[in-house]
Amino acid sequence: MIPNTVISVHNLVKRFGNFIANDHLNFEVYEGEIFGFLGTNGAGKTTAIRILSGLSEPTSGEVLVAGFNARKQPEKIKKSIGYMCQKFSLYEDLTVRENIMLYGGIYGMRKKEIRARTNSLLAKLHFEEYGDRLISSLPLGLRQKLAFSVAVLHEPRIVFLDEPTGGVDPITRRQFWEMIYETAAGGITVFVTTHYMDEAEYCDRISIMSEGRIVALDTPAGLKKQYHADSVEEVFIKIARPGKN
Amino acid sequence: MMALNDISFDVNQGEIFGFIGPDGAGKTTLFRILTTLLLPDEGEVTLMGLDCRTGFRELRKNIGYMPGRFSLYMDLSVEENLNFYATVFGTTVKENYGLIQDIYSQIEPFKNRLAGKLSGGMKQKLALSCALIHKPELLVLDEPTTGVDAVSRSEFWEMLKKLRKYNITILVSTPYMDEAMQCDRVALFQEGKILSIDEPDKIRDGFRRKLFSVKASDRYKLITALRNFPGTVSAYPFGDSVHVTFTGDELDRSVYEYLDQTGIHDVLIHETRAGIEDRFLELMEQGIRHKAQGIRDKVGEVK
Repeated sequence: MIPNTVISVHNLVKRFGNFIANDHLNFEVYEGEIFGFLGTNGAGKTTAIRILSGLSEPTSGEVLVAGFNARKQPEKIKKSIGYMCQKFSLYEDLTVRENIMLYGGIYGMRKKEIRARTNSLLAKLHFEEYGDRLISSLPLGLRQKLAFSVAVLHEPRIVFLDEPTGGVDPITRRQFWEMIYETAAGGITVFVTTHYMDEAEYCDRISIMSEGRIVALDTPAGLKKQYHADSVEEVFIKIARPGKN
Repeated sequence: MMALNDISFDVNQGEIFGFIGPDGAGKTTLFRILTTLLLPDEGEVTLMGLDCRTGFRELRKNIGYMPGRFSLYMDLSVEENLNFYATVFGTTVKENYGLIQDIYSQIEPFKNRLAGKLSGGMKQKLALSCALIHKPELLVLDEPTTGVDAVSRSEFWEMLKKLRKYNITILVSTPYMDEAMQCDRVALFQEGKILSIDEPDKIRDGFRRKLFSVKASDRYKLITALRNFPGTVSAYPFGDSVHVTFTGDELDRSVYEYLDQTGIHDVLIHETRAGIEDRFLELMEQGIRHKAQGIRDKVGEVK
């Protein structure tokens, strides 16, 4: 079976003045895959994610996301993706239902559809009694699970998660990952960054960036074998900063 | 809101003592009390022989504090920040340079750069240098490694260990469970309570059940199946495997057949040693069960 490609990046370069943030990136991501996008701080991950989500234009290279060209059709890309990050995803001074309504509206869903999805989403998360609570009154773990559900509310082709589990407790972190597995099993591609190296092991494939380049890309098992390491953390430390060991 | 709920602990001089727990556990509140920036409602807090309520003037001279959001002045240069902190504490950079040399020398080539223009790893090194420049007896670091990549994190811990020779007591908080292993002793923190305090290895040994690591290529299917298997007590994803305990403690061999029937044919199971996070999960579960029992008891009383 040949997997469907949902992200295709060919010789992507992004320059800011004389600084090269992304230096000839090449990779593909497949439908329903959990793709871990790792790297050191300042390696260029955020720049690449901004390009992949249609927020920034590549300096050169070919970038296709959900079949759309990042340079020519960024608006179409934005409609095909979901996004959540640790710092901001939901409006704290709106209730749970209002947030869902807002995001559904932004993505052009019809009211009836939003209402139906809201109810099934709240039921699935066992959130029924929280529907009319302000986001600011919810514990972090609940917020993060809700933010993820909202990011995939419009059933995007791809969801980008930027450090989604920072600071949450270990049980919630695992529940969150089970939601990720379920989403991916349903055909939505999950593109995730994390500093938790054990979470990197949950991914189908991972890439590791260092100084603007992708220095490794494989399954976690493949990388461990190649670098004679017991964990992804060991691989990461071995290759993310060569010459500093 | 009870940020800290009846907690007790002692820290020995020269120890690296870790507070491990998620956001909202109460770590920052505790550190603000320990640095005399906040008063406790009840209880005794003694630091270096002084009471936190009455001895705060003296204590502040002897505590180095690195808050979660770096306390650097972004519009001052690296060198200016360091000089500022030295001056505030009535000392000079020269006087205590030996203490920070290992750390500061890594950013000294950029001493004229504004702090706001530094990378995350460099800011961290500068903030640590500033917290140390008055040679404190107690160093309090609030989540120094949060959001920092794995390489910088391991470098940071190396720096802390080098400070051992100066006999500085270090309190450090972190949400990363694996960092517990770097400390001499740790307190596991959750919802304002300490779940356990001990040496990291002893905390791991606190996990008394037999723990099994289960691997298969389709992990989502595997977790779901293990959750549904009648003999499973707990099943949590851990890296590339699932950590499982069974009723009756021993490996329930019927799990092989059960998984096979659900379409998982490449399962590998072996016994494994519990880590800090396994123990944390176990303690959290016990807490949840305890709470549920409390609610049931109350309902019973009402009836």
